[in-house]
Amino acid sequence: MTGYILKRLLSAIPVLFGITVIVFLIMALIPGDPATAILGSYATPENVAKLNRDLGLDKPLVQQYFIWLGNMLQGDFGTSFALNRPVIDEVLERFNGTLVLAGTAFVLCSVLGVVAGVISAANQYGLADKAITFVVLLGISIPSFFLGMMMILFFAVNLRWFPVSGMWPIYGDRTFSVLLTHLAMPAFALAVVATGVVARLSRSAMLEVLRQDFIRTARAKGVHERGVIWRHALKAAMVSIIPVLGIQAGFVLSGAVYIEIVFQWPGVGRMLVDAILKRDILLVQGGVVFVAACYVLFNIMVDVAQSLLDPRIKT
Amino acid sequence: MTSFLTLLARNRLALAGGIVLSLVVLLALLTPVLPLADPDVTNTSNRFQPIFSDGAVLGTDHLGRDLLSRLMWGTRLSLAVGFAAAIVAATIGAGIGIVAGYYGGRIDNIIMRGVDMLMAFPYILLALAIVAALGPGLFNALIAVSAVNVPFFARNIRGITVGIAHKEFVDAARLAGLSNTRIILSEILPNVIPVIVIAMSTTIGWMILETAGLSFLGLGSQPPQADLGSMLGEARSALIANPHTSIVPGVMILIIVMSINLLGDGVRDALDPRLKSGALSRPMAATRVDRAEQPPAPTDQGLLEVKALETQFHIKDRIYRAVGGVDLSVEKGECLGIIGESGSGKSVTALSFMGLVASPPGVITGGAAYYEGEDLIGAPYKRLRDMRGRNVSYIFQDPLATLHPLYRVGDQLIEAIRAHRPIGREEGRAKAVELLNAVRIPNAEKRISDYPHEMSGGMRQRVGIAMALANDPDIIIADEPTTALDVTVQAQVLTILDDLRRSRGLAIVFITHDFGVVAQLCDRVAVMYAGRVVETGGTGDILDAPRHPYTARLMACVPELGGGKRRLEAIPGLPPVVDNLPAGCAFADRCDRAQDACRSGDIALAQTGNHAVRCLYPVAQEEIA
Repeated sequence: MTGYILKRLLSAIPVLFGITVIVFLIMALIPGDPATAILGSYATPENVAKLNRDLGLDKPLVQQYFIWLGNMLQGDFGTSFALNRPVIDEVLERFNGTLVLAGTAFVLCSVLGVVAGVISAANQYGLADKAITFVVLLGISIPSFFLGMMMILFFAVNLRWFPVSGMWPIYGDRTFSVLLTHLAMPAFALAVVATGVVARLSRSAMLEVLRQDFIRTARAKGVHERGVIWRHALKAAMVSIIPVLGIQAGFVLSGAVYIEIVFQWPGVGRMLVDAILKRDILLVQGGVVFVAACYVLFNIMVDVAQSLLDPRIKT
Repeated sequence: MTSFLTLLARNRLALAGGIVLSLVVLLALLTPVLPLADPDVTNTSNRFQPIFSDGAVLGTDHLGRDLLSRLMWGTRLSLAVGFAAAIVAATIGAGIGIVAGYYGGRIDNIIMRGVDMLMAFPYILLALAIVAALGPGLFNALIAVSAVNVPFFARNIRGITVGIAHKEFVDAARLAGLSNTRIILSEILPNVIPVIVIAMSTTIGWMILETAGLSFLGLGSQPPQADLGSMLGEARSALIANPHTSIVPGVMILIIVMSINLLGDGVRDALDPRLKSGALSRPMAATRVDRAEQPPAPTDQGLLEVKALETQFHIKDRIYRAVGGVDLSVEKGECLGIIGESGSGKSVTALSFMGLVASPPGVITGGAAYYEGEDLIGAPYKRLRDMRGRNVSYIFQDPLATLHPLYRVGDQLIEAIRAHRPIGREEGRAKAVELLNAVRIPNAEKRISDYPHEMSGGMRQRVGIAMALANDPDIIIADEPTTALDVTVQAQVLTILDDLRRSRGLAIVFITHDFGVVAQLCDRVAVMYAGRVVETGGTGDILDAPRHPYTARLMACVPELGGGKRRLEAIPGLPPVVDNLPAGCAFADRCDRAQDACRSGDIALAQTGNHAVRCLYPVAQEEIA
């Protein structure tokens, strides 16, 4: 198992490398002179030249890339112009918030999605199936930011069940239960679309598995239908559900950007949007690379989980 | 194409989605000629008018602009950008996928590496990075959304193309000297277009959502121009005081995306051949029973007595009579063989006893199966479950498919016991080892922690037998348990079954198409053809003197070791399709003894001593010799 994890980690290196190349190339697409873009068209030529030098933009592209990569490997992601602090500090601080939000949403969408999918498949064409299918369709069709806004209107403003926005109250203690009340709405709004996708896929994966011969064997043994569905069929269906959970993790992680804006949640997504609007290039680069790298590592964990579930995968 | 449209129209939800979407698209197209207020004219003295106010049906926004007009223009813009993004992504993605799949090798490798790289990004993040580089703006948002969706199309289309690129017609085109471009355009493209359509119909909703999202963040359309996303984004600051300015564009996005998704699902279902055949319906816990008539009463023959059993498959408008009135019985300690060609209904018969025929499409439409006088057909699920594995257990054909691939064999054995009585961890383990020893699996202590795929075919089948024995049943139904095994292993498995029968007094119903196996194991045989028993009697009687022409022909198909004088004779023709059985004898069309009388009326099973045959002109004793 350790060998397998190591192997997967090694195989992630070219992917991480590729990610930095892609991010770098995208940023190299910036039309015109980035320094002018940053400083504005009224900047003095001296300042533009200085900034170009500071950013290393006067060097050839390949050299620029390796300088940037080398610095990042040493933990130096550069300095944000707009915030005037090291990119890595800002990203790490904000990533905490995103992790709490996206992590909760991921757990929600995995559990709710799989359970809904299994119930739906087990009652195919029945009332529960139709109800779930409809709710799922609604869920994957509603923009998460609109859903979030409506939840604020209804649950926070009208019913006053939850605070309107933010991760922590401005005054007062930072206890776990306070966090939960702040977290409930954004995490749910973020999870809805992913839940729908997971539920759909779980349903079809279950239907696929329920036709297999080993399900008939389980029934012939006299295993209770509950056991047939929730143990035999679900375990086999998880083999195709888990990779989708991996994809949804990426969706939740990056979709958090909308929710962070709607709920004023202090996270990486909101930071990135601000940075884009302020053309704070290094902060964008650093944030994107960092989040993408975390996602790659998470996917390795997904692969490991998959190999633990399925003994047929060679470890 | 017409069948596709009818299928689509039959799906009411998809139809509704299609209608709603068409209406929205129509309105969007008509927007410029409709008598609407100018969407961009501000009137700050008239801001935040509520819905249904004078002169503004949907009210006005924070700058006093007419919301209805802005909604219509915004819808137009959102739809245009969403469709454009979908078309761009589909075209580029499909192009990349076809090239990678068609040329294969190095080109494929390099392209797919790149695609995998792009897919390693959480994709909204990638879109953000692209917008960050190009700068905010609707056109840039379109580029970003298309770009992040290209890998999805590329990967999908590549998979399909790889499958097509090695088909005969492509080879033929290549041999005919067509250029690669010609082949791609004339042979490959027409075949991948349905896939592109499915992929587009399922992703276009996403793309509209994603562009709306970027606009919502202020990275898409720039003021004063507004699509639905930026309308929502601008309205957000007034959410609490004037919610209608948010609700109007939000609901519109929901309507558009939902109707697209409904229609997309309909398109996918109509184009996916697996759904057409109903193959994706889930078999229920027990076969559906729908008996029109009261089943015949038991006559106390044997432990298990089957009377006039009828099982059908209802697929669409067709009815396949897989089992058309079968009578069987088996005593304690006896082995009954059921023999017949594939599709003769022997497995379905055996699965019907315990309600294990996949349903839908299976339905038991008549007859009874009495176990110690209790009718199993139509017994409540609870009772049936309780008896499965405890009184009657099954051994199936292919143990690789019939054992759960993700559970250790020991756990599967323990579970079989636990389904009927509580058993502790240690005791369960001991019992599992004992069971494996009983079927002569060497090194049973170790083997219980193997997974099925780590065992050989013969070992797996022994596990299957051990599992059937777990609760000391009275009857074992073995459905071609040796068919997937090679001859030496087959002999070992048969010996194990025979020993068990003698030592435990088990009744065995053994389903096979192999007369050799019947001779070795069975006391009595029932020969099945087209869902009915055509001949039954003692094994010796039937093997020595088959009376039904079908039995005789079937036996003539079996090569004899060391014989060599006799010609091997295949039976001409094919068994009849059971959704359209001929009147009279189902075998008549393949039989060289058939007379006119064979083709009308029901032919009864005529009993002489222990030997019964369903034939008007049975083979006489002398003819065989």
